[in-house]
Amino acid sequence: MAAFIVTILIISSISAALAALLVLCEKYVVNYGPCKITVNGEKELNIQGGKPLLTVLRDEKIFIPSACGGRGTCGVCKVKVLDGAGPVLATETPFLTKEEQADNVRLSCQVKVRNDIAIEIPDELFNVRQYESVCAGIEELTYDMKRFSFELKNPPSIKFVAGQYVQLFCPKYKGSNEEVYRAYSIASDPNANNRVDLIIRRVPNGICTTWCFDHLKEGDPVKMNGPYGDFRLSQSDAPMIFIAGGSGMAPFVSILHYMQNTHNNRKVKYFFGGNTPKDLCLDSQMKEFEESLEGFEFVPVVANPPEGENWTGETGLVTEAVQRQFKDLSGHEGYLCGSPGMIDASIKVFTALGMPEEKIYYDKFA
Amino acid sequence: MNNIGSEVWLAMVTCFAAVFTNNILLTTFLGMCPFTSVSREVKTAAGLGGAVVFVMTFTTVLNWLAYKYVLIPLELEFFRFILFIIIIAAFVQFVEMVIDRYSPKLYQSLGIFLPLITVNCAILGASLFMVIRQYSFIVTIGYGFGSGVGWFLAILAMAGIRQRLNESRVPEGLRGPGITLIIAGLMALAFIGFTGVLN
Repeated sequence: MAAFIVTILIISSISAALAALLVLCEKYVVNYGPCKITVNGEKELNIQGGKPLLTVLRDEKIFIPSACGGRGTCGVCKVKVLDGAGPVLATETPFLTKEEQADNVRLSCQVKVRNDIAIEIPDELFNVRQYESVCAGIEELTYDMKRFSFELKNPPSIKFVAGQYVQLFCPKYKGSNEEVYRAYSIASDPNANNRVDLIIRRVPNGICTTWCFDHLKEGDPVKMNGPYGDFRLSQSDAPMIFIAGGSGMAPFVSILHYMQNTHNNRKVKYFFGGNTPKDLCLDSQMKEFEESLEGFEFVPVVANPPEGENWTGETGLVTEAVQRQFKDLSGHEGYLCGSPGMIDASIKVFTALGMPEEKIYYDKFA
Repeated sequence: MNNIGSEVWLAMVTCFAAVFTNNILLTTFLGMCPFTSVSREVKTAAGLGGAVVFVMTFTTVLNWLAYKYVLIPLELEFFRFILFIIIIAAFVQFVEMVIDRYSPKLYQSLGIFLPLITVNCAILGASLFMVIRQYSFIVTIGYGFGSGVGWFLAILAMAGIRQRLNESRVPEGLRGPGITLIIAGLMALAFIGFTGVLN
């Protein structure tokens, strides 16, 4: 017995000594003193040097999107570093094209702040914040889709472009001991900046959707961050085709609100696909949009209309409906939101009908 | 005096053996993970190889000291796995911090690879072989250095071959790790040719 304890003590003390050495080393060696980060030539941040840029910016409440959490494996956290980052590291080159390297783009998780540096980040990322909110309403849209409204508390308002998404924080709950963030498009009016609506479809065994459907109640506090994404209306006045399925409805509701606010009368045909009429939702809201927006038309498409019910609208796949109604799309723009399968099929149909690929905009939700 | 002379000679022979006849990568296939994933470019492979030479030399020496002066007196030899891993991890962390601070140039070329090899099994393997084969201190230096150089040569050769492969048509199913493992096997066969050089 004594031998056990002595052994454990000895090994622990050796480990503790080595750990202490590292802690001391971190304190005295990896201390680069105060550094200054100049953001977009105007804002200055005073921080302690020695940490990766991604972490430093997160501590300063500037959230750079990153999927791997700073391990240098996803290549998402790209940031323009104008000055003070040193040469591009071998751990970054696999993720940066030649043009990006020439343009001073770096992976912010690999760049350490050792001295004063100057960076450039898109204005939108400045708007990215962590929001504390309260669930203010849950509305059933179909048998497997709900619209959740969140009232923002801290900060109390959000500035976003219609089409962008937020990352919803899903805490641990009974049945899941993981904390996750999941991305959902904002489905509310960008002018109503004190709240965020999300349309969520139940995913069987999904960590976050199960929490939203089975555990989240009105009045519960909810955290999210955002807005992210560059899915949005283009600046042109070309006629547009929207295609969505399921919860892909969300960004288009927001975009239509935005068009209503700005009295935008661009021609839009919105194809919304479902398996049966039970999958369709928000008809009355779409009717309102049709009345107030001159160029807008909503086309629900049902793949399998049940026998006996008289479904008079379009049938088949959304892509088939598009092919029936359009023969030439070379002057159109396409906007897609839905499952990867639906998006790939739609892109094929669009390009076959002559739509240039750079005029097709989409958000893929895997 | 004569004794030390023969020790040094033995260390040199062990070093040579570790590089060629007993190459840690090609005979025991240790450290395959970075070997397959970081061997796409000669430049990065050389950086990683350099880091391995450095870490292997110093950790085998440190571990020899820890084994001889801590584990044997305390009769805790069976704990060598854990202690060796802890020492390797701490040493790598320490070195990374120091060169990051004092030599940014060296950090660019070598330091960024250090975290990748903390958990490289070849590094631990070298320390364990050194115990199993009961090397003396001086021989351990030669062995650690030689093993590192052997690994370095192997990954450098592999990176050179893979750069050439970029221009040839590899069957789709074999691209990447598949063809790399086949090449590693052929290289191992080639290294067998060195057996018998030392007798």
